[in-house]
Amino acid sequence: MAGAGIQWVAPGAVTGAGASGDAEGDAQGDAPGGDAPGGDAPGGRPRGIPVEGALCAPVRAPVGDSGLAACGIASSVGGMSTAVAQSASHMTPGAVPPHPSGHNYARRYWMFAAPAALVVAAVIVFPWIFTFYMSVHDWKVSGSTPFVGLANYAKMLTDERFLWAIVRTLVFTAASVIAPLVLGVWAAVTFAANFRGRGLARTVFVLPMMATPVAISLVWTMMFHPQLGVLNYLLSLIGLPPFAWVYDSTTVIPTLVMVETWQWTPLVMLIVLGGIASLPTDPYEAAILDGATAWQMFRHITLPLAWPFIVVAAVIRMIDALKAFDTIYVITLGGPGTSSETLNILLYQTAFAYYDLGYGSAMVVVFFVLILLISMVLLHVCQKQVMS
Amino acid sequence: MRRGRLGKIASQAGLYVSALILVTPALSFFLWMLSLAFKNEADNTDYPPVFIPNPPTLANFIDVFEKNDFLAYTINSVIVSFSATGLALLLGVPAGYGIAKAKATKAAVLILIARVTPGLSYLIPLFLLFQWLGLIGTLTPLIITHLVITVPIVVWIMIGFFEGLPGELEEAALVDGANIWQAFRYVAMPLARPGITVAMILAFIFSWNNFIFGVVLAGRSTRTLPVAVYNVLTFEQISWGPLAAAALVVTAPVLLLTLLMQKEIVAGLTAGGVKGG
Repeated sequence: MAGAGIQWVAPGAVTGAGASGDAEGDAQGDAPGGDAPGGDAPGGRPRGIPVEGALCAPVRAPVGDSGLAACGIASSVGGMSTAVAQSASHMTPGAVPPHPSGHNYARRYWMFAAPAALVVAAVIVFPWIFTFYMSVHDWKVSGSTPFVGLANYAKMLTDERFLWAIVRTLVFTAASVIAPLVLGVWAAVTFAANFRGRGLARTVFVLPMMATPVAISLVWTMMFHPQLGVLNYLLSLIGLPPFAWVYDSTTVIPTLVMVETWQWTPLVMLIVLGGIASLPTDPYEAAILDGATAWQMFRHITLPLAWPFIVVAAVIRMIDALKAFDTIYVITLGGPGTSSETLNILLYQTAFAYYDLGYGSAMVVVFFVLILLISMVLLHVCQKQVMS
Repeated sequence: MRRGRLGKIASQAGLYVSALILVTPALSFFLWMLSLAFKNEADNTDYPPVFIPNPPTLANFIDVFEKNDFLAYTINSVIVSFSATGLALLLGVPAGYGIAKAKATKAAVLILIARVTPGLSYLIPLFLLFQWLGLIGTLTPLIITHLVITVPIVVWIMIGFFEGLPGELEEAALVDGANIWQAFRYVAMPLARPGITVAMILAFIFSWNNFIFGVVLAGRSTRTLPVAVYNVLTFEQISWGPLAAAALVVTAPVLLLTLLMQKEIVAGLTAGGVKGG
């Protein structure tokens, strides 16, 4: 890890990530690929950080943030000059620490981030603020935009279409987290093992999540065709009656969940695979000596040790499922009727089909809060489970 | 001993079966996509379905490019994705370095929240802004909004990468009198080249795949490929061959890139579930 050996500051959260990150960094070289030279894989930290660091940070914000302003600067003063001093004395013994102005480094490093910060402010932070501003106005595309206070928010409470969209979104999300998670862990365990052709198989398995969503949605749509679709033909081959797929209000959500699962199980697999690759090998060796079965090893070694990664995968999957748009929009446009209209689709219709930007913005705010809340709850619950 | 070897063979076989089951849905899907794109119209609407194009035809692709002006849309997509990726690298690589060196966890959290926010929520304000600036109907709004996808990906991957690099070399450069810009430009950046490659590939792919921004912001002549393909659907609902061909044209570059750069892509995606939009 950078800043070698000087494990200073690290506002709580990050320290843990650093530790686990190191382990991964070592494992990466040989594990996920005999084909992946260690240098090509980004160091352990990016995988570490979502686990104990960044994703927790919003939860533990009070600790991390208040600590940051104070110790961030103070410690980088200490850290940096110590580092310089160390390396200096290492190479030229007895040399005086050459940077008396070393304490400015932290601030100067910010200059590197300044241009990006400006752009992020313009295209990311500005929209957040402006969305909130619009949400308290009656904002149609043309005409005046009077301030209406919380009227847009109040409207949601009695808007049945909106409330149903929330219910549908939650159902869709729950199913689209559980199915990919189960399959993804299975896939990760499979692809973590050594067998010939693993690299190719893994790449093919990853293709659905890389392919253009619109393109795959179109092909799925053709496959769902009630008379000519290949799926119903395949069902008929094994003696099953034709299925309605996306053409019936009771089967449309399960069908979309199937597409979502097909598309995003690979991401779960990759995250969990990264976790499994970082696990120590000695528990397995001991278990083999004791004559443990593959299932026992999975249940009592892999699952508990890789659990933090599974939690991260679950949270990421959940966020993406809540936000799912492309596939639903292309395949059903929220239909038949409104039976697959999730929050994101309704949001789109409200803002860009009915041009009710004020109401749409209020929905965005609620949607955003919903996403944050659910991710925090999920993280909290799963972390407790790790403790116990 | 003998039991161990038998067990080993059994578990190898189990692995192959397991891998086969896992790969089948993806493999058969893409094969079917190829089959649809290379069959003539009669075969495509035949029942029971024809699986292997006989003879394979390029008519669908010719149809797509002649009738739908796909060349122009391809150029749009190339301009938008390359610009958005290039700008993101220009901004994001130094930013990742700065954040990693300054240990600015707060900035990383901001990036994370950007990852959580639904893409649509950027669109309402930006749509109004671009309308007000009179930019709707040009490619500029698309390039700018695609930065919403590419910048966080690049910054996120680069933070991780720079934190993983040993700091000693830059420190040595600083001791030798280089300023921090030089230490970054001539020491850290060359070392981080593999990370930059990963960031570039992923930013490009997720920008290329983006649909939602184009649907709202693109005019008739500024459509990107995903939007153009979606419009093929709405105009010619029954002709499957051209539709599949169009879908293949859009996604083929991404699939090829994935197959060629699988090592980098797997490394990058394992790095914390990057995904755009």
